[in-house]
Amino acid sequence: MTVLLLGEVDNGTLNMDATAKAVAACKPLGDIHVLCCGAEAADAGKEAATIDGVAKVLVAEDAIYGHRLAEPTAALMVSLAGDYDHVVAPATTDAKNILPRVAALLDVMVITDVSGVVDADTFERPIYAGNAIQTVKSKDAKKVVSIRTSSFDAAGTGNSAEVSDVATGDAPGLSEWVEDHVAESDRPDLTSAGIVVSGGRGVGSEEDFAMIEKLADKLGAAVGASRAAVDSGYAPNDWQVGQTGKVVAPDLYVAVGISGAIQHLAGMKDSKIIVAINKDEEAPIFQVADYGLVADLFEAVPELESKL
Amino acid sequence: MKILVPVKRVIDYNVKVRVKGDGSGVDLANVKMSMNPFDEIAVEQAIRMKEAGDAEEVVVVSIGVKQSQETLRTALAMGADRAILITAADDVHTDIEPLAVAKLLKAVVDEEQPGMVLCGKQAIDNDMNATGQMLAALLGWSQATFASEIKVDGDHALVKREVDGGMQSIKVKMPAVVSVDLRLNEPRYASLPNIMKAKKKPLDEKTADDYGVDVSPRLEIVKTSEPPERKAGIIVESVDQLVDKLKNEAGVI
Ligand SMILES: Cc1cc2nc3c(=O)[nH]c(=O)nc-3n(C[C@H](O)[C@H](O)[C@H](O)COP(=O)(O)OP(=O)(O)OC[C@H]3O[C@@H](n4cnc5c(N)ncnc54)[C@H](O)[C@@H]3O)c2cc1C
Ligand SMILES: Nc1ncnc2c1ncn2[C@@H]1O[C@H](COP(=O)(O)O)[C@@H](O)[C@H]1O
Repeated sequence: MTVLLLGEVDNGTLNMDATAKAVAACKPLGDIHVLCCGAEAADAGKEAATIDGVAKVLVAEDAIYGHRLAEPTAALMVSLAGDYDHVVAPATTDAKNILPRVAALLDVMVITDVSGVVDADTFERPIYAGNAIQTVKSKDAKKVVSIRTSSFDAAGTGNSAEVSDVATGDAPGLSEWVEDHVAESDRPDLTSAGIVVSGGRGVGSEEDFAMIEKLADKLGAAVGASRAAVDSGYAPNDWQVGQTGKVVAPDLYVAVGISGAIQHLAGMKDSKIIVAINKDEEAPIFQVADYGLVADLFEAVPELESKL
Repeated sequence: MKILVPVKRVIDYNVKVRVKGDGSGVDLANVKMSMNPFDEIAVEQAIRMKEAGDAEEVVVVSIGVKQSQETLRTALAMGADRAILITAADDVHTDIEPLAVAKLLKAVVDEEQPGMVLCGKQAIDNDMNATGQMLAALLGWSQATFASEIKVDGDHALVKREVDGGMQSIKVKMPAVVSVDLRLNEPRYASLPNIMKAKKKPLDEKTADDYGVDVSPRLEIVKTSEPPERKAGIIVESVDQLVDKLKNEAGVI
């Protein structure tokens, strides 16, 4: 059995963390072929070839795959899918956009955000904001699956798989990229960081959110936020952790001024160590925290920062 | 332009979910059900587009048990013009899969010929995040997922999307399927007079059979279990103690 895995290629660069975690998840499924597509994808393809467990890398380089618009990328994957039993991708926003389209074109159900691979047909996935885990067995001939990367450890590197080009398709002409609005940052990536410091509504303002960022920088951590903090404009949307934001599982997660709504817990409760700083001792976040500090964050955070 | 908005009846987002002891699923008997929060945002957006003169009619559609009628009435009370209920299950515990929902929605689109389908990004019960993309595929339409801003401009729409790296703007050809994210708008509450008026708005009742769509599941649910329980740890007395614990007990810093 062979797996077609969509490598996470962002502006020509391979997202090693997401791709290597998806490769690890697919190991029990058979030989893994990684597809790298984009306006530039050759370098990403070479990178992907180093991931242990990858049997082959397919490169599709064409301007129509730039920015990975769903329509051309899905069409490409469908054109290749004939040779494969599983079509897989790490559950990034790109893959969440593309994979269901692939599945529908193949007339199969998509199995999204898989947190466990039981066997070739059977997968575990969280439902109801992670309050239940469902085990599903697919009756479809082909399985289209997205992988919740925080549930898997990345495969190692050192491999040198064969790399080949694949035929590209025609532009469907349905959508066009206009622009990206990305904030450059030197901080680690939220989904792969070892430590995450997140702020919530309790932080109170965009100015005061700088305090959270300062603490994060001291720890070499990524910065996260609750939905309330993002909605209030304290933090950008891509920092949101939770059911509908990013799912993280760092070694240390520090929640500051976050109450611990189930939708937030859905994105961080698999962290190894959870620290909560909140002035309300009844806050539900303390029910999942390994270390809770009942304190005013405006005093506790600067003190913590100074003592690290 | 007509806008079609699929709305799903789901467990209310405030309800604490209980997994049934026999592993057969989640207990949905006698729990509060509401419109999927993302679908409220989609309905709100469609109504605003109508108010702005970008759309003439807002049609809402729900697929599932007959009680989904309540969800449709809520959408009508918010300001949608007309509703279609497609009954496809008898038991409230039966969830119709996104692929089947997308096939039924395609049949509705073929009949209604909307210029845009505005759906939620994700249903908060199955957390699939798939239906809009699947519908766009079946229709051969363009898709814009996770929208936080939508501007219709003739035969195109400009959509700002929430993505991992921040935001992305794309231009999609109409007709299009657009799935909405949390920050697109804040949905209005239905006023009492509008709730009364909604009772008189047209609500068409159909079944999945009327459209000849097979809704039998492709995914067999083997079991549903509780996630591993996380135990509360300790409350530390001071920042010093916290630093000490993190260094010497947890070893994470
Ligand atoms: C469909 C849907 C999807 C959602 N998805 C997400 C998601 O992905 N991620 C997410 O986070 N939320 C999500 N939510 C929202 C979620 O339900 C909560 O509303 C949100 O998480 C609350 O954020 P918060 O904890 O920052 O704010 P609040 O609940 O208001 O908590 C603020 C906390 O700060 C504390 N505090 C205030 N001042 C201080 C101080 N000076 N010192 C110390 N502590 C202080 C308070 O005691 C309180 O506990 C979603 C909701 C819905 C309906
Ligand atoms: N049974 C349903 N009835 C109406 N709309 C639905 C149904 N299931 C899904 N949808 C729509 O598709 C969106 C995404 O759902 P899902 O793909 O299940 O996460 C929802 O927000 C709804 O807009």
